Amino acid sequence: MPGGGVDPLRLTAREAKRMLVEGEVSAAELMKVYLDQIERVEDKVKAFILVTADNAARYATEIDREAGASRGALAGMPTAIKDNMVTEGVVTTCASKILADYQPVYTATAVRKLWGDHVVTLGKTNLDEFAMGSSTENSGFFTTHNPWDLATVPGGSSGGSAAAVAAGEALWGVGSDTGGSIRQPASLCGIVGMKPTYGAVSRYGLVAFASSLDQIGPLTRSVYDCALLLSRIVGRDPHDSTSVRLPTEIELPKATTLDGLRFGVPREYLATGVQPGVRERFDETLMLIERLGGAVEEMSLPHTEYALPAYYIIAPAEASANLARFDGVRYGYRSAHADDLIEMYERTRGEGFGPEVKRRIMIGTYALSSGYYEAYYGQAQKVRTLVRRDFAEAFSTYDLIVSPTSPTVAFRIGERAADPLSMYMSDICTIPVNLAGLPAVSIPCGLADGLPVGFQLIGPAFSENRVLNAAHALEQAIGFTALPTFKDTTGKGEEA
Amino acid sequence: MITEDDVRHVAMLARLHLTADETSRMAGELAKILRHIDKMSELDISDVPPTAHVLDLTNVLRADKAQPSLPRHEALKNAPAVTDDCFRVPRMS
Repeated sequence: MPGGGVDPLRLTAREAKRMLVEGEVSAAELMKVYLDQIERVEDKVKAFILVTADNAARYATEIDREAGASRGALAGMPTAIKDNMVTEGVVTTCASKILADYQPVYTATAVRKLWGDHVVTLGKTNLDEFAMGSSTENSGFFTTHNPWDLATVPGGSSGGSAAAVAAGEALWGVGSDTGGSIRQPASLCGIVGMKPTYGAVSRYGLVAFASSLDQIGPLTRSVYDCALLLSRIVGRDPHDSTSVRLPTEIELPKATTLDGLRFGVPREYLATGVQPGVRERFDETLMLIERLGGAVEEMSLPHTEYALPAYYIIAPAEASANLARFDGVRYGYRSAHADDLIEMYERTRGEGFGPEVKRRIMIGTYALSSGYYEAYYGQAQKVRTLVRRDFAEAFSTYDLIVSPTSPTVAFRIGERAADPLSMYMSDICTIPVNLAGLPAVSIPCGLADGLPVGFQLIGPAFSENRVLNAAHALEQAIGFTALPTFKDTTGKGEEA
Repeated sequence: MITEDDVRHVAMLARLHLTADETSRMAGELAKILRHIDKMSELDISDVPPTAHVLDLTNVLRADKAQPSLPRHEALKNAPAVTDDCFRVPRMS
């Protein structure tokens, strides 16, 4: 049997790497396992905008011919890439009609590094258009389905990468996180997802949404895999002036206890409509922390309730400036219904952008417009300072801050689509972390109503190793082994 | 309060064509979102310094050395319309 009986729903990158290195499986055989799984489930999950099956198979065969020493550190590892990272020679859409046929002429630094390590790209994954959303329902093309229940969303905006990994359609993937866009889909899909410290990973070639918040990070099946992938994409990049060299290298986690670590639980994160089932799994995980030697204490991040309003000014404001480049002149869609230049801009953008992107451009433009700047953008930047101070104060007492990643499990497709504000609210536990630029990981901590619950660990800036080690110890203790069932409760109402 | 005239003005600033239907829907949605955002005004924070950026970085410079840039044919590759190695756009009225 090709792949030696490998189960793509269970295989970790750590194990895949061992099997490849020891010759138990060839890169071509491993690739076939994933391409077969894509063949089997992709019509239900719809994780990919583009599957590059022929290229992947051909490249895997080439890797098998490479001698040991010339093989990259991640040679032959089947990888999914969120379709907002530009890839030379492979169409990059941002799930937007305005970029439907865009052929990048360069490659994002994070992807280039992975390609340098000889990972094999399976394809480009779905997202909310320009990464604006929490469900992939804002994709300009189609909605991705959560493999745990096809009637529910995978979360977003990196919902395609998260669903692909959860569904065994990829060994691991990369996403981007502006307000929770890696951690929340990881939570809803029952996998591990991490947003690194702002600046840890180059944003060069990540199509900009909100430049002071965006970070690229891993979506994986284990914390070890998360560290492995992260260790290969971090670093200073001359093409991104906000990228920095990490003070310490990313280590592969091996902690088994939490001895001496102090964990803070912000009460404000639990005051926001956390579902009872999510709360139960969260409380059980806190008890596990204590059993592993950690100390848990409730504490306060007093400005939390202002973080969401500040985010929904800062992110749209930056987005409205970043998306000004999509004007039909140099690349992308151009409206055929215009006689002069200004009309061409307006029609191109009106026809090319979807409703959520338009909404954010409008909020951002309004907030930055004459007469409103101080009241909105100026005030939001000050609130951002207060949110950072809350965290700084907390980290003088606590080593890590923990919370549910999302107040709810995966919600049903369509349930929140009509109310943008209720969709925004689902990111309450993740957004403050982006405002403060901190590293945070989400790990699965059990099921509620048959759907995965995520547990978030937040650390001070550049404490990736602390966050990953604690998450690793906790992951071993939790022992989450449940697998998605690909059931579909569409039309059956709320699943009991 | 956001009127449809406000929406039309902001859409003009953003060079974004909205249909009449989108304009009226946007007025309602923006009003609701901004009501939530107005919560920030509860805070008296006139003496708090703003955060534009979380990293302590200022003036990141590179050596002033010429490097090759994107070849012209590559830069033009995705253009909707090209004339004489230039981007072509409709006339300005």
